[in-house]
Amino acid sequence: MRPFLAQARAEVLMTLRNGEALLLALGIPVLLLVFFSTVDVLPTPPGTADPVDFLAPGILALAVMSTGLVSLAIATGFQRGYGVLKRLGTTPLSRPGLLAAKIVSVLAVELVQVAILVPVGVALGWRPEGAVGAALVAVILGTVAFSGLGLLMAGALKPELTLALANGLYLVLLLLGGMVVPLASLPGPVRLFARALPAAALSDALRASIGTGGAVPGRSWLVLAAWAVAAPLAAARLFRWE
Amino acid sequence: MDVAALAVDQLVVRYGERTAVDGISFSAEPGSVLGLLGPNGAGKTSTVETLEGYRRPTSGRVRVLGLDPINERGAVVSRIGVMLQRGGVYPTMGAESVLRLFASYYDRPLPTAELLDRLDLRRVARTPWRRLSGGEQQRLSLALAMVGRPEVAFLDEPSAGMDPAARRVLWDVIRGLRDDGVAVLLTTHDLEEAERLADHVVIVDRGRIVAEGSPADLARSGAAAEIRFGATAGLDAAAIGRAVGGTVVEERPGEYLVGVAASPANVARLTTWLAEQDVAVADIRAGRQRLEDVFLRLTGQPSAAEEDRAPRARGRRRGGRAERGRGT
Repeated sequence: MRPFLAQARAEVLMTLRNGEALLLALGIPVLLLVFFSTVDVLPTPPGTADPVDFLAPGILALAVMSTGLVSLAIATGFQRGYGVLKRLGTTPLSRPGLLAAKIVSVLAVELVQVAILVPVGVALGWRPEGAVGAALVAVILGTVAFSGLGLLMAGALKPELTLALANGLYLVLLLLGGMVVPLASLPGPVRLFARALPAAALSDALRASIGTGGAVPGRSWLVLAAWAVAAPLAAARLFRWE
Repeated sequence: MDVAALAVDQLVVRYGERTAVDGISFSAEPGSVLGLLGPNGAGKTSTVETLEGYRRPTSGRVRVLGLDPINERGAVVSRIGVMLQRGGVYPTMGAESVLRLFASYYDRPLPTAELLDRLDLRRVARTPWRRLSGGEQQRLSLALAMVGRPEVAFLDEPSAGMDPAARRVLWDVIRGLRDDGVAVLLTTHDLEEAERLADHVVIVDRGRIVAEGSPADLARSGAAAEIRFGATAGLDAAAIGRAVGGTVVEERPGEYLVGVAASPANVARLTTWLAEQDVAVADIRAGRQRLEDVFLRLTGQPSAAEEDRAPRARGRRRGGRAERGRGT
């Protein structure tokens, strides 16, 4: 237990002390949330009283994606490139232990993100509606799906390629994930493609559960669950430790 | 029953078509240093990484403390310490933090402060790995290999990138490990290091063992029928040959092999000739070679330390030919 806890603590500290990771985890989401809530340039779906009601759940989805997908992929990719993962293979910290520590650290960083983003949203006029349980399940499924994708890249590609691809994916999923731009504003074929991605499924689920307070569409659960199973499985098959 | 700290039995490691290790066997006891020597690509790292559990033997068997490093990994890893050839440390983490983290992996770690002092890392305790010098990185790597009080330590080219002072620290620490009963497997290019530290030396080339024994045994073997000396390059080999009554070959610029018995009389003839010619002599080895000579004879190539000097020597030789070319 001790190696695992120490490792989880070290992983959290490394993320929180890393400037780029912090910018990605907190800086950009806070900036987007504040900017687009106060400057009314984005389309919001009809019936949205205040842009922040639409944006806040989307930005929470973005926060989950930036930590689970981007930060985890880049950090793990470089650790693999530097031989850290190989080196840990001859210590009593087992590989499942290392993975568990990484997952716990992702969840811990997400907790910090939520603790900052929700008050910022509330200060901007967001009134979160009730289904916290459903939102929690959606965040966990999303974390598993994004972390699986992140580890898949980190374990199969060169660190530099992982870095580039993770940043590229971040931008694509930010635009196609229904996080700041409503899916309804996208052209038809793009919208269909976007609906199959985990980003849109997570932002839809969060918006339904704690945004508008309605029921989460079955399609969102299905897409999220499918990615949460497929991505970690692919990562487990293709991950190379050195 | 006594169990060898390390046992390698008819180990073969293949990567596809290429055979990296071709039937190597050796063993090491607790409280000893085994030096694994060989040119690049000889199979040293493949052998060590099989013992560390990173690769499966294609055939043959390896045991660490009597255990299978892959199938009994959980029992092995808490009793070994590993220093990889390079890297293996979080690049942004400070030296002391990473040492504390690694200490947390073990039940009974060495105190971090003691290790920082022993490896002369106190001044850089808060410096991230990527800002450490090559020698400091090597010393921190060694500290990480030691922190769990291992019974077997694998050190893959530990002195790479170290200045002479850091090497002394390293050597003292390795001797300390041996005195504490640790079995140390040391791969190195540095033959002086092997000569000073190793109780037993195994020289491998192209995946096979070409010689083994104590450094002193190896240095004595096959040496009685020759005298070697180092002096100015380009001496008249034929003239020396006439003076001592045997053939003389300049193996490399400034390194001579005299094919006569290593008797006091022959040494006297040689030194008399050298004195008459007023030649500056670097060293004379009669009856006992340096490990360097054994290595060179067995593997047909200079060690890394010699390679460092070689480009200059080759440059000189090319220059010499060019001058002769202009002369004719």
